[in-house]
Amino acid sequence: MLAYLIRRLFAAAVMLVVIVMVVFCIFFLVPKWAGVDIATSFVGKQADPAAVEAVRQKLGLGDPIYAQVWEFFKGIFVGRTYSGGGDVTQCSAPCFGYSFRSEQAVWPVLTDRFPVTLGLALGAAVLWLILGVAAGVLSALKRGSFWDRGAMVVALAGVSLPIYFTGMLSLAIFVFGLKLFDGQYVPLEESFTGWFGGMILPWITLAFLYAAMYARITRATMLEILGEDYIRTARAKGLKEQTVIGKHAMRSTMTPILTMLGMDLGALIGGAILTETTFSLPGLGQAVLNGIKTQDLPIILGVTLITSVAVLVANLVVDVLYAVIDPRVRLS
Amino acid sequence: MTTQRTSGRRKQALAAVAAVTALLTTAACGGGDSDGNGGSKNGAAGFDAANNKIAQASAAKKGGTLKFGGAQDADSWDTTRGYYGFMWNFSRYYSRQLVTNKAEPGKAGAEVTPDLATDVAKVTDDGKTYTYTLRDGVTWEDGKPITSKDIKYGIERVWAQDVLSGGPVYLKDVLDPKGEYKGPYKDKSADKLGLKAIETPDDKTIVFKLPKANSDFEEMLALTSASPVRQDKDTKSKYGLHPFSSGPYKFQSYSPGKDLTLVRNTEWKQSSDPVRKAYPDKITVKFFSNANDLDQRLISGDLDLDINQTGMSPQGRTTALKQHKANLDNPVSGYVRYAVFPQSVKPFDNEHCRKAVIYGADHVSLQTARGGPVAGGDIGTNMLPPSVPGAEGQAYDPYELNGANKSGNAAKAKEELKACGQPNGFKTTIAVRNNKPVEVATAQSLQASLKKVGITVDIDQYDGSQTSGIIGSPENVKKKGYGIIIMGWGPDFPSVQGFGLPLWDGSYILESGNNNFALIDDKTINGLFDQYVTTLDDSGKTKIATEINHKVMEGGYYLPFVFEKFINWRSSNLANVYTSDGYSGMYDFVNLGLKSTN
Amino acid sequence: MTELSKSGAAVGEPTGTSPAPSSFLEVRDLKVHFPTDDGLVKSVDGLSFKLEKGKTLGIVGESGSGKSVTSLGIMGLHTAGQYGKRKAQISGEIWLDGTELLSADPDEVRKLRGRQMSMIFQDPLSALHPYYTIGQQIVEAYRTHHDVDKKAAKRRAVEMLERVGIPQPDKRVDSYPHEFSGGMRQRAMIAMSLVNNPELLIADEPTTALDVTVQAQILDLIRDLQKEFGSAVVVITHDLGVVAELADDILVMYGGRCVERGPAEKVFYEPRHPYTWGLLGSMPRLDREQQDRLIPVKGSPPSLINVPSGCAFNPRCPYADIPKDDLTRTVRPELTEVGSQHWAACHMSQEQRERIWTEEIAPKL
Repeated sequence: MLAYLIRRLFAAAVMLVVIVMVVFCIFFLVPKWAGVDIATSFVGKQADPAAVEAVRQKLGLGDPIYAQVWEFFKGIFVGRTYSGGGDVTQCSAPCFGYSFRSEQAVWPVLTDRFPVTLGLALGAAVLWLILGVAAGVLSALKRGSFWDRGAMVVALAGVSLPIYFTGMLSLAIFVFGLKLFDGQYVPLEESFTGWFGGMILPWITLAFLYAAMYARITRATMLEILGEDYIRTARAKGLKEQTVIGKHAMRSTMTPILTMLGMDLGALIGGAILTETTFSLPGLGQAVLNGIKTQDLPIILGVTLITSVAVLVANLVVDVLYAVIDPRVRLS
Repeated sequence: MTTQRTSGRRKQALAAVAAVTALLTTAACGGGDSDGNGGSKNGAAGFDAANNKIAQASAAKKGGTLKFGGAQDADSWDTTRGYYGFMWNFSRYYSRQLVTNKAEPGKAGAEVTPDLATDVAKVTDDGKTYTYTLRDGVTWEDGKPITSKDIKYGIERVWAQDVLSGGPVYLKDVLDPKGEYKGPYKDKSADKLGLKAIETPDDKTIVFKLPKANSDFEEMLALTSASPVRQDKDTKSKYGLHPFSSGPYKFQSYSPGKDLTLVRNTEWKQSSDPVRKAYPDKITVKFFSNANDLDQRLISGDLDLDINQTGMSPQGRTTALKQHKANLDNPVSGYVRYAVFPQSVKPFDNEHCRKAVIYGADHVSLQTARGGPVAGGDIGTNMLPPSVPGAEGQAYDPYELNGANKSGNAAKAKEELKACGQPNGFKTTIAVRNNKPVEVATAQSLQASLKKVGITVDIDQYDGSQTSGIIGSPENVKKKGYGIIIMGWGPDFPSVQGFGLPLWDGSYILESGNNNFALIDDKTINGLFDQYVTTLDDSGKTKIATEINHKVMEGGYYLPFVFEKFINWRSSNLANVYTSDGYSGMYDFVNLGLKSTN
Repeated sequence: MTELSKSGAAVGEPTGTSPAPSSFLEVRDLKVHFPTDDGLVKSVDGLSFKLEKGKTLGIVGESGSGKSVTSLGIMGLHTAGQYGKRKAQISGEIWLDGTELLSADPDEVRKLRGRQMSMIFQDPLSALHPYYTIGQQIVEAYRTHHDVDKKAAKRRAVEMLERVGIPQPDKRVDSYPHEFSGGMRQRAMIAMSLVNNPELLIADEPTTALDVTVQAQILDLIRDLQKEFGSAVVVITHDLGVVAELADDILVMYGGRCVERGPAEKVFYEPRHPYTWGLLGSMPRLDREQQDRLIPVKGSPPSLINVPSGCAFNPRCPYADIPKDDLTRTVRPELTEVGSQHWAACHMSQEQRERIWTEEIAPKL
């Protein structure tokens, strides 16, 4: 188990290095090949050649790519110092780069925005798990009924409607129409009720999409499990039906659900771009979108890294969890 | 095939979203109760009530929180680095200059008035020496007096382009055209005040010695980039995160891309400031990533106005025009939207081919693509924005774009094609930013009307965030064969120099970051600009401006689309609201007040 | 030659109508029909039999003959937990120790399941829950019907595992099903079935999924346990070899109905139905050399939706033309007594069948 974990962590680290290099290439090399001088994207409207040159030096854009990647990784552990034109900018460890667009180190931006995204993802996950699994189980148990068909139509809608649509719809109805919520983000540390009120619509919107997916998967899995021999055995033992469903069938149904949950959470941590944009939540997704709009490469790189870490960690957790849930799986 | 299908589906989806949202917002807003042009029950001043005039000046009360919303943060709040128009406008809350724009509506707003200085400049030495005396009682946010040395240091920061990139560099070009000074951060002198062109004989006096006269110099001193900065508070590249205030408000908190809060600067004295009224106690700015959300919050009254001042989004605009017209103004933005023909790309080296495009275009259709007469603007007939002295507006229409040739003149276009030696038309490419749907729409309109006269064009939608890298390089433009570039331009300060110099002067053709896309290097035009900067009287300046505009139009380098107009929202709670030509038709932020302060 | 156990099972009247059950288990005219899109599937269509405690009944037939459906019907598993599906239509009577199960309260039947009647399934790997240990599953079966604490239940589980011959039961009790071999799993399954000392044990193809040597061990185990507990056992199989080992009585099913029924030695040595002959002919016999003379039953099992008219076996029966007037294809034969406690459903006369058996079939076996 320990050896397995170490091996996996090592693999994850290697993966991260590869990801950083790929992202570096996308951001720094591809524009170069396309004949665009990225240094100019760091300076303003009237591109002064001296300013462009200074940026190039300050960011080390003239260095070979491996040196840039190396500097980046070194910065994570020992911090970095950017200097040029008589101005020295300190980026203390862990330095995930420095945004010259907004004059901020990337790491504080990430740590500032991470709780927003985490709160969004976790809150929505709780909602969609409860709603999705409940709807899915009920649908499976009442297969072919009016409820089942209705729930599956709603689920289909949930899966196919994009967030910006459902999000704007809910904003239009609940915030601007019925004025039930204020719909503006308030940090948790300022006011719990304010935070909750601001998050409830994003949660519901995001959860709607995922609940729909989870309901469909839960229903399909549950139906499959209900046909299993061991469920018949459970009944043959004289167990009450609620024990048969609630214990024996649910235990098996939850396995794929938990796997999915792990992966989905991992991906969402990287920023639910559409949800955060629609509801103007200052999370990682919004940061990366702003970064793309303003060509703020270090921010994009930072968020990409966080996303990758989240997905890799989620993968690992899911694999370990899988072994815990399913005794047939051995970690090796 | 694939792309067509996807874009078709995306369009459908967007259309569906728009339809549903419009429906809901209409329903949500209770419908019916539309405010007429002449004011309304809820206290909105009326349609266009603040356009070039003051609305509800007397209703402004002291106190309260003025709430801005915005879809985009400033490029930088550092007075040296900011270049966005709204940033210049907003910066008057926390920074003062020797002179500034008059806090008055319309044309008067573009005139300069003393701010830190007791009076406008005493100009001597044939327009080469400008002398100012500072007012008494002007202070920083820590109570220390603002000195002439602080002003000099603030201006010197413009020279440090390698650290403080982004802002306008007019002062540097005028005061130190040879680039001898290396900026305060590389300044070897002890007080870091090594710039020779500025002298500070005492703390109250500042003297500018120009190597060559420039008649717009005082306009340049009115720019935000001429603000004082105190050396011990200069955090260099990070100054924009918390500028040290010389104005009536100071930074309380700022989180880039999220929010900004200003509170009263208690050291600022009303008596020392003839310009700023400083009504509210607090000013907040919140940034939204969803423009539609922002518009809804303006309409619902959560916010007072849009800090970006670039007009409402199409959906919000539709709702607002229908139901809340009394909260809207429809000012001219100062921007001209146009197509420009790089002479390096054949056959646009021939002026007849350029004119063929001008005549072939359907100008009504282009105006519609821009948003129509209200949201888009009036049909542009020449290149000088109406707010710039010397402009004639639609009265000057050499190609009859708003007259006989409104919907395109195919016969005339074919004549020009013949004269150009391309009687059967030709092929070329339109370059358009992919992140501006309206510009893409104009490109498509142009493509359709040019097809009728035999000019076939491809549309190249390039990465809009890389604009300066892609079309700012003449070499790249030539390589890609961009015969037509779709762009827009607004004046940095309201003069032909502040608008047209980078576009039309031969010396402004740059290898990178070029804005003279047409590559105009015309002796007459260059000469007129030279003449302009040494002409000190206003009537003379106006005459030259008119002349330059005519020369540019006669060359057929540009096809103007519209003199742009916006639909801007003002909440019913705003008082003392007016648009100013000094800020391209935006509301003058600094003197906004609230009617109700709770 | 296989020694058959003595006939002693009380086999009642084939069309018994008396309401008072005299036997421990009595099934009367059981019908289990499943409505489907293609039509009504008559899996079991009028089945009756009796079984006493301490006796074993073997139900034999091809797959699709209705054997398993019968066993699930007795357990009441056609009605429990059939969510949203079209419900099985069940009629007839099932009397277990004086209680009629089909008309009883479902929850009462549930309480009988696992305690008074329990079941061993064909494939223990899929029939055991993969996520729970063997011990947990046995403990659960025990505690459902006994109000004891977990410790006591676990002791009971270890005891049962020991009883069914699992080595180191105190250790293996904590193993998961996948950690057991096939034979061990089936032993564990049996342990679980017997943990509540059921009076009726239904074994549905208990050895089919096992290899031959293990099969014999499991059959021995079932027989030993039956003796020890004195339960009534129903063994359901397609393999006559299995019933030869275990059964006192044999019931041969074809197309959802009983075609022959009687004491085991009668059915083996004096079978009176052509289908039984076919089954015997296709049975591999270790004590015979003529493996090459294995005679399969020609054709395929009948459709349960459109059951052939007359005798359901007629399309496959080599003797279908013997009875006059095309009787086999028009009239369904009823069970008639052909010997002491021995019934068969065939239109041929007793004599004809005796002759064919002794002259044509028996010598070849």
